[in-house]
Amino acid sequence: MSEPAVLVRDVFKRYGRRDVLSGVSLALEPGARLGLIGPAATGKSVIAKLICGLEEPDRGDIRVLGEDVVGKREVQLGPLRRRIGMLFQNYALFDFLTVERNVAFPLEQRGGMEADAIAARVAERLKAVGLSGSEQKLTGELSGGMKKRVGIARATVADAELVIYDEPTAGLDPVTTQKIYDLLTADQLRTKATVLAISSDVVALAGFVDEIAFLYQGHIIYRGPAATIADAPDPLVRQFVRGELEGPLEDVRKATGERDG
Amino acid sequence: MIGEKAIHNVGAGAVRVAQEVGGIVVLTWQVLRALVPPRIDRRELFKNLYKMGNKSVPIVVLTAFFAGGLMTLQAGPFVKKLGATSLAGWGAGYAVLREIGPILIGLMFSGRVGANNTAELATMTVTEQLDGLRALAIDPIKFLVVPRVIAMVVMLVVLTVLGDLVALLGSSVVAKVMLDIDWSTMYYSFVDNLKPADFLTGIYKSIAFGGSIAVSSCYFGVTVRGGAVGVGKAVNAAVVAAAVSIMLLDFFLTYLSSH
Repeated sequence: MSEPAVLVRDVFKRYGRRDVLSGVSLALEPGARLGLIGPAATGKSVIAKLICGLEEPDRGDIRVLGEDVVGKREVQLGPLRRRIGMLFQNYALFDFLTVERNVAFPLEQRGGMEADAIAARVAERLKAVGLSGSEQKLTGELSGGMKKRVGIARATVADAELVIYDEPTAGLDPVTTQKIYDLLTADQLRTKATVLAISSDVVALAGFVDEIAFLYQGHIIYRGPAATIADAPDPLVRQFVRGELEGPLEDVRKATGERDG
Repeated sequence: MIGEKAIHNVGAGAVRVAQEVGGIVVLTWQVLRALVPPRIDRRELFKNLYKMGNKSVPIVVLTAFFAGGLMTLQAGPFVKKLGATSLAGWGAGYAVLREIGPILIGLMFSGRVGANNTAELATMTVTEQLDGLRALAIDPIKFLVVPRVIAMVVMLVVLTVLGDLVALLGSSVVAKVMLDIDWSTMYYSFVDNLKPADFLTGIYKSIAFGGSIAVSSCYFGVTVRGGAVGVGKAVNAAVVAAAVSIMLLDFFLTYLSSH
């Protein structure tokens, strides 16, 4: 059996006095598509950053694409990061570059590609996300949805082995959301990349990923098939997915004095 | 109780200052290390040279012209009264080249370029653009900070040279227009009395000031916490740190050059 593409083992992470992750374990087989859901501010984006080595866990091990991530210096993480594509929740687009150069940036920095080939690849990606004609705009001139699509184009331009999408369709209308997920599915089928997708839009996400994991109070409390997530045996998951106001989520929130947001 | 609180506040303040100074020293080391071997993104470097240098010329020219004029305006009546107009240029030039030029231009540069640099980097930090670079295996220090530090040091030196010349011109104009001292008297007063060391002292200072403005403005930019409020605080801290470091460096460099 091959080594998992992503292996997160018993990871803890605390910010100030708040324990965000309290022993999270997660494994993704090569080529798998996993969705990660959970209430706001439960540490979903933190997991994405930990996998990419952008944050260091307080405790625990992380192996990504066969390499240890924890305890490595920035320069040592470089080769691994070039094999990962990441879409940030807040886009993280470079506002000093045009749309075209934002998307071309990973290829330019990686080297080994002719300028013509980069331009053709960038044009193809921008067309795929419906942004042809916006090449020369600065990112400050774009709407939130357009920025998100530029971020997707940048995350997928280099055909990475592992792609992490943090809220890939937040701020997009339902039609564009479906188009984006169709695009991401086609990309994944072509590249066979391992995918971790974080989203609050569980219904749309379930059509894209094979499995969904539910992060709650610092733990992965459920992991199961995406197709049947609405009927998950765990009542917490069911309530969250169905968006019901009353249920165990609310009871836990009241009992622990947890605040909204 | 009040005494305890005061001691606590002083202690906490001292720790905070020590942390910031330590952070600036670490960043300085990272910048120096990134220069060996010197692999600098040329596009970023030239963009910053233009933005930081070219666009600062008007404010530097204005400041330097009046600073030079002011030196003559202060000293002029005394040298005229004593009949020592041949020393008017020397007095103004000496003060401008060694002290007033580098300090004033450094402070103007800090307020315009340093503050802008901090705001830019801080905004990039809070919008995760630095994480975006790191995720693409690009070191933000090498890619963003190093070109800015080089551009600021180079441009502050260039602007100081320009400012020195404009200040001497300003001093001559004021001497002629307001004190009726001939152009030639001022010219020979400069040429006969000012030494290369006077000019070079100012240049050394501008290199040191440029370095301190650059590193402190970058440091507060990349270590910002919080959103828009954090950006504002970072800019404030960077300007204060640059002003304080300019004064301290000036004192020590003047002390060293006079011993």
